[in-house]
Amino acid sequence: MVQAEPECPEVLYIDLQLVHEVTSPQAFSGLRSRGLRVRRPDRTLATVDHIIPTHDRSLPIQDPLAVSLMAELRKNCEEFGVPFHDMTSGREGIVHVIGPELGLTQPGMTIVCGDSHTSTHGAFGALAFGIGSSEVEHVLATQCLLQSRPKTFEVRVDGQLRPGVSAKDIILALIARIGIGGATGHTLEYTGSAIRSLSMEERMTVCNMSIEAGARAGLVSPDDTTFQYLAGRRFAPREFDKAVAEWRRLPTDEGARFHRAITLDASSLEPMVTYGTNPGMGAAVTARIPTPSEMASANEREALEKALIYMGLKPGQPLLGQPIDVVFIGSCTNSRLSDLRAAASVLRGRKVHPRLRVLVVPGSQRVKRDAESEGLDRIFLEAGCEWREPGCSMCIAMNGDQLSPGQYAVSTSNRNFEGRQGQGGRTFLASPLTAAASAIEGAIADARRYLT
Amino acid sequence: MVALPNRDVDTDQIIPARFLKGTVKTGLGKVLFADWRYLPDGSPKEDFQLNRPEAARARVLVAGDNFGCGSSREHAPWALLDYGIRAIISTSFADIFQNNALKNGLLPIVVDPTVHRELLEMASKHGEIEIDLPNQILQLPDGRTIGFTIEGFARRCLLDGVDQLGYLIGSADAISAYEATHEPRVSTL
Ligand code: SF4
Repeated sequence: MVQAEPECPEVLYIDLQLVHEVTSPQAFSGLRSRGLRVRRPDRTLATVDHIIPTHDRSLPIQDPLAVSLMAELRKNCEEFGVPFHDMTSGREGIVHVIGPELGLTQPGMTIVCGDSHTSTHGAFGALAFGIGSSEVEHVLATQCLLQSRPKTFEVRVDGQLRPGVSAKDIILALIARIGIGGATGHTLEYTGSAIRSLSMEERMTVCNMSIEAGARAGLVSPDDTTFQYLAGRRFAPREFDKAVAEWRRLPTDEGARFHRAITLDASSLEPMVTYGTNPGMGAAVTARIPTPSEMASANEREALEKALIYMGLKPGQPLLGQPIDVVFIGSCTNSRLSDLRAAASVLRGRKVHPRLRVLVVPGSQRVKRDAESEGLDRIFLEAGCEWREPGCSMCIAMNGDQLSPGQYAVSTSNRNFEGRQGQGGRTFLASPLTAAASAIEGAIADARRYLT
Repeated sequence: MVALPNRDVDTDQIIPARFLKGTVKTGLGKVLFADWRYLPDGSPKEDFQLNRPEAARARVLVAGDNFGCGSSREHAPWALLDYGIRAIISTSFADIFQNNALKNGLLPIVVDPTVHRELLEMASKHGEIEIDLPNQILQLPDGRTIGFTIEGFARRCLLDGVDQLGYLIGSADAISAYEATHEPRVSTL
């Protein structure tokens, strides 16, 4: 906190800003027109992820608008001295994947990005949230933001996940329970034994989708799992033990009071799949799609009716066995090494359904190299999947990787909004395990059948 | 006024991602709600609320609960403003959208569900309403008034033209003092 004056929001110092090509051009233009510099280029990192093609990087890019948007970021970074992981740097990847893997994301920091999934970084006990382009400009110019304090919301997850149920299923179950506006105005803190036993990558998956419940930020207080993950990373503190001693003082006090709280029992969760057009419309994979008449309010009834028309699904229909056309394994939710390992564990020695297109898109060049060094690429290729270059890809469908109108996809990404994965495309959100099992069957499937 | 009663309208609907490849804030009104507004061949869908001739001059959108959820794209308020919308009335807004709207002078006005139902009804018939920001009052045609709140600092910014970036730049000394005592442990360079 830099200062707090009466009648004014507090001035919050930002320790790290991540920048990507889509939400930054207007911010840099703003700086230029006011004759401003970037205050702390050393606390800023830019990369390209949203519009980069995921085919062979040596091939020309077809979309002239994508080329010019990338050129714009390159020019801006040069002019303002901002470090830039360009498309052919070998260090590029989805912003929310590269920040943590470089060790830039650390406990107790404030982190922003012109991207709503910045909540991902909360997995480290950082306060991390998405902002718009105007605020990107504010942070570039002053390293600060005007902020009012959000309310707090504890999400306690106790118990042990059963085999075949993953971090993605925890967060999809939470959103199905509280709804996509359920945490608006709040910061979520995930607590409980099930959260404690998650790896850092799994915690990132959970925090990533906090925004899909309406929370700008979601966090997990740091512990030994956090410190072990950070040790030895490129930007981890040099005096690491001293840093760890400070980080140990960060966690929320035992018995702290939250404005709201909810408890989930991990041991009762099942693999989750969405059936509608927002991430809150989800159910256990073994369930049936609800019927509008069981909805509590007229409002929800209409929303469900409209969603099922768009999705071309029938009320009461089982989710298992619903035919699909595409499987997408990737995005800042589920494109890290452990996600790819999970998908590969199901696909090893099996073939994807011949009718399907299956894209596997690692979250960063580092994830790609690590996956290749343990042979995951071979497993995917032999199963009949495409093994692609890193980027956001079909999560947002800005780069040519997209569904055709009417196509169904099981996707490990985070948004099933109408047209999100391509105009007219229809998305079922699920975990990497569920996505891999569905790839084999050509239909929504229960991965628990394939566990060894 | 024009009504869009659907709840949870996300910013991917307000402006689909394929229109985010530009580098300026202007000219986005024509792709506002593109996938709801146009048929695949580009012709307007006649039954979509914003395509009705009476909606052409609408300045106030009465929207369903939780308007603007999803992506942080500021292109959403830019597109609404470029189309001509100056205020949106709903029961609730997503946090980032609300923030982005206020930064651009687009008013997010929250009303209770009863008033909201009434306004939706009026908006579906393209009724008119007056918005008094200094006094934070909605003036209905029948003479009734309904209070609303825009958070103090944001209101001051809108009414007195306070420029938020200018305000932050004015805090430069405090920022430098903070930096002097909080050495970064992390540097990207
Ligand atoms: S992977 Fe998807 S959600 Fe994540 S940053 Fe990219 S576009 Fe956004």
